[in-house]
Order: sequence, then C-alpha cells, then structure tokens
Amino acid sequence: MPIIPLSWFLLVGAGLFSIGLYGALARRNAVAVLMGVELLLNAVNINLVAFNRYIVPAQVTGQIFAIFVLAIAAAEAAVGLALIIAIYRTRDTVNLDEIDLLKG
Amino acid sequence: MEFTFLHVIFLAVAGFTLLCGLGVVVSRNLFHSAIWLIGAFAGVAAIYWLLEAEYLAIAQIMIYIGAIATLIVFAIMLSRGMMIGRAKMNNFQAGISAVVGILLFALLAFILLQVEWPVVQQAVVADPIPMMGQAFVTTYVIPFQVIAVLLSVALVGAIMIARER
Amino acid sequence: MNIFEFIRDPSQIGPWFHQLLLSAGMQEWVANLIGDVIGVLLIVGAVLTSAIFLIWLERKIAARLQDRVGPNRAGPYGLLQTLADIVKLLTKEDVTPDGADRVSFNLAPALMVMQIIMVAAIIPISAGLIGANLSVGLLYFIAMSGIASIGALMAGWASNNKYALLGGFRVVAQLLSYEIPLAFSLLAAVIWTGTMATNNLAMQQGELLFGFIPGWNILVMPFAALIFFIATLAEGERAPFDLLEAESEIVAGPNIEYSGLKFAWFYLQFFVNSLLLACIFTTVFLGGWQGPFVDQFPLLGIVYFFVKSLLVLLALMWVRATYPRLRIDQMMTFCWKVLVPVTLVVVLIVAIGARITPDRSINAVIISGANIVALLVTLGIIGRSLRRDVQRRKAALPGRSTAQV
Repeated sequence: MPIIPLSWFLLVGAGLFSIGLYGALARRNAVAVLMGVELLLNAVNINLVAFNRYIVPAQVTGQIFAIFVLAIAAAEAAVGLALIIAIYRTRDTVNLDEIDLLKG
Repeated sequence: MEFTFLHVIFLAVAGFTLLCGLGVVVSRNLFHSAIWLIGAFAGVAAIYWLLEAEYLAIAQIMIYIGAIATLIVFAIMLSRGMMIGRAKMNNFQAGISAVVGILLFALLAFILLQVEWPVVQQAVVADPIPMMGQAFVTTYVIPFQVIAVLLSVALVGAIMIARER
Repeated sequence: MNIFEFIRDPSQIGPWFHQLLLSAGMQEWVANLIGDVIGVLLIVGAVLTSAIFLIWLERKIAARLQDRVGPNRAGPYGLLQTLADIVKLLTKEDVTPDGADRVSFNLAPALMVMQIIMVAAIIPISAGLIGANLSVGLLYFIAMSGIASIGALMAGWASNNKYALLGGFRVVAQLLSYEIPLAFSLLAAVIWTGTMATNNLAMQQGELLFGFIPGWNILVMPFAALIFFIATLAEGERAPFDLLEAESEIVAGPNIEYSGLKFAWFYLQFFVNSLLLACIFTTVFLGGWQGPFVDQFPLLGIVYFFVKSLLVLLALMWVRATYPRLRIDQMMTFCWKVLVPVTLVVVLIVAIGARITPDRSINAVIISGANIVALLVTLGIIGRSLRRDVQRRKAALPGRSTAQV
C-alpha cells in the first residue's frame, strides 16, 4: 500500500524539472546544457513511474514509457556529445553563444 | 496522516536528489557538475526504488550512471581546454531563466496540490519483469523496434560525427 | 529453536532473530532496521577481512606457479604478510598531489570499495543465506561494475597526472567493452533458468536432467560459461587484460598518485572483486551452493559454494600468473570483433533451444551440442584469420622470423 502521498513525488519531479530547465537555458557550455536536459528527462521519468505506481498499479505502462525515455536519453547523449566533440575540434570552443557561424 | 520511517527516507532521498540537481546547474567546475549529476541520477534511482520499480532503478543506474555519465565525463575530458580561464559560466539569459524556473515550479506545485488524483489503494504487480517483457513484444512492439533502430542509428552516427578526419 | 537447527540450516537465523526482537516488544520497523543493519555490518566485515586472506593466497599461488617461494617470513607460510603490509600502509603519509581535485580525489576510492560491498550483498552463500535476493540480481551486478569504472575515471582525472588519466581512460574503455559479452553470457543463463535473482538461479540449477545429470549451466551452455570467464578476466583487470596498470606503458593505472590507506582501498577492490566475480561465476554457471545432500543439510551448501568459488578463483590466478599482457588494440579487437558477435550467437542458440521441444532435458542436450559446435566454429575462424595474418606479415617482411609477429 502506498504510504507517501503521490503529490510528494510529483513535487520532486517538478523541482528537478525546474532546475534542469534553468540549467538548459542559462549555461553557456554545451556539455552543461546537455546535463540540464538529462535532468529534465529524469524529472519526467519520476512522474511517469509515480503515476504508474499510484493510479494504475496493476499495469506497467508508466515503467515501459520510462524505459523508452531512458533509451532515447542514451541516444541523445551519444549524438549530442559527438556533436560537441566535433564542434570543439573545428571551432575550439563549446560555448553555445560563440558558435554562430550561421549568424550573418 | 501518520508520519512514518518511510517518510523520513523519502524526504532524505528527495532532498539529496534536488540538492545534487542544484549542484549540477550552479557549480562552476564542469567536472564537479558531472559528479553532482551522478548523485542526482543515483537519487532518482532511489526514488524509483521507493516507488517499487526495482527494475527501473537498476536500469537507471546501469544506463544513466554507467553509460551516460561516463560519456559526459569523457566529453568533458576530451574538450578540456574549455574549462580553463573562463570567468563567465552563464549566458545573458541566466537571470530570466532563474525567474522562469522558479515561476514554473510555483505553478506546477500549485496545480499538483490542487488536483484530486484518482489514487488506487492497491499493491503493485508481484513480478513486473515478465509483464514488461510481454508488453514490449505485443502492445509496444512497434515503438520497441523504432527505439532499436534509433539506438543503432545513434551509435553509427555518433561514431561518424566524432571520428577524426 | 535449538543450536542444531542453526547448524543444519543457517538461513533460519535471520527470521529467528527477527522474532526474538519482536517478542522483546519492539515495533516491526525497528526490528527490520536492526536486522538490516546487522546484515550490512556482517557483509562489510566479511568483504573487508577476506581481502587479507585473498592477497596472501594470490601472492603465494602466483609465486608457486612461477617457481618462486612467495611470502614466507611473517608468520607460518607468510600468513601474516598482509597484516604487516596493512600496518605499513597505515603508517605511510597520506599524500594529496598539488593541483589535485580534492573532492573527487577522496571520493574515488570510496566508490571503488562501495562497488565490491554492493555486489557482495547479492551472493547466495547457501540456500537462502544471502544479503538481498533481488529480483533483478544479475542486472544489479552489471550496474555496479559501472560504478567502479566511474570511480576509476574519477581517480584518473582528480590525480592531475597524465598517466593516471590514461589509466582511467583505459579502465573505462575496457570495462565498458567487456561488459557487453559479460551481460550477454549472463543473459543466456537467465533465458534458460528464467530468473535473474541469484538465489533462485542457484536453486533452479538443482534440477536433474534425465533424472541424474546435475542441471548446472556450465553443462548446458559451456560456451557461454567460457565467454563469461574471459569477460571476468577483463572485468577483474587481470592479465592478460591488465592494461590498466601496465607498468611498462602507463606506470600504474589510475591509482598512481594514491598512497597509504587510499591506495590500500584500490588494492582491496582489485582482490575482492576477483573473488566476487568467481562467486558470481559459481552462482550462475556452477550451480552455486548445489551439491549432494544439500537439501537435508543446507550448511553443506556453504562448503560447496566456497570450494567451487575458490577453484574458479584459482583458475583466474592461474591465467594471471602465466599469460603475458595483450596490446590495447588486440584487447579491443578481441572484444568487439570476436566476443560480441559470438555472444549474440550464443544468446540466439539458447533462446531458440529453450523452446524447441517440451522436454527440458532434451532441450539442454540440444543447446549444449549447439554451444560446442559454435565454440569449434569460432576457434576455426579465429585460427584461420590468425594464420592469414601471419602469412600477410611474412610476405610484407621478407627474411624476418615470424615468431616476432
């Protein structure tokens, strides 16, 4: 039986999401932005699993979606970091506001 | 509402997770950010454990800590020059982002505490792993295949992009 | 309950103690907490003290295999040598190098030791005598080895030393690569036994095939067991896969800047990790605590388990003491071009074979046969490609001896 109220878990998810959003918007370094995005995905996963546990405990739908998010996060991290390394090689910086080749 | 031992554990885990999350976004040294990130991932795994999703908790540790965090640390080391002698770590949006983050949290918290969630008082499935396996090859077979293709493409693509020419 | 009951079945002691606490008027959660804390302390104590014996054993056996004497001064047969070393390490100065990243420098050895303690919790020593019989036991084991690689990478980075950093890179490259064959060979066993919980795995292998052959996984899938053993050598950072501490190339690996007690933690992790890998091999492939009369006297399970584990550990030491180190490109090639494709084939064989007829005994024979065929075909292909390689080099370098290539 669930003892802890559902809203506590959702609050943690909301808090982590807000922190991640700040990280993704405010940091200059591309790797730091990527870390913020990972926090966002984790926050979403907390919500998925919490709803699964409290609203449809007889099913595993939320956990399956969380696993999909996990797989996409892995793909995203791999491609994102590869891009960052490639940019670092050619531009010698990974600060996003200095990567402005397409700006007239 | 009765306050039990489990509540204490939850508060400790949640506090740890949020603290580590804050550490990720405010720490100046990128490597320290990565260490905070590992802590946050571990905290989220503990939250899954509290939600009785053991499989997901272990998968979280395996994929996020074992693979993604390692990858991030690698990327930090390979582009090491970027950490030295840079005073500014935030861009011009930092102030407004902080406001947006706090407002978003306030809004979400307000909504979350207002809604009557249709909570079911019921125990979880005794052995969820076979159920998940079955769901992957029946209901969710197409997303599952798409994810598999996505992962292969990402693998090959990442190697192609990052290789030295 | 009397003392003979415990001797016959040591796994009763946990529930008995729990009942004792409850009858003393404690609340349920307090009794649970006390029981858990005692269990954790027992496991930590056992893990940390076993290292003393393991280090002595490894030195002595490696010495005998290489026709040396080994430690023989401190105590009978040099048994107290490790204690002397511990005293030496404790009295050494604890140096933190200049420019080191203090937080991660101190965190890294803790992570390494944490990994072995966490893994020790899922080792079933006898029927039901286990720290935690997790339903995701083997997955947990693989997840924990990721923590060790993070620890090594952290140590390499924090030391502010290029050799340490190179060592850290090598650790991650090797551990992550060999995790794939490791996980897939475990997956083969999981498909066949239908469980990931370590105690249930050992129990499942108690079934008799055709009524008399023990259903150990090494008999059902010898090739998967061999792959797991090779991956174990790599995960345990042992020769021929000890590139992480290749003295002739990168001095000593990620722990190069550590001294005193912190160095001792890395040392401890190396030796205990080998024992734990041997224990996992025993549990998954050698039937764990299964053996004759184990149903009547579960205490015998402890004896069987440790005899089997020490034999596996002995095999690990034997390989370490006899084989030279691989080159780093050979190490990576062997993993990605040989082990990974081959384990995929083995998983496929087991997945198909487990359902081919309704009779498990016949399925086991089919899987076993297919495993041996796969092993022979693999050996043939490797042998041919090696021979072709040698011939190509001979053509490229006329007049040189091929013994050097």
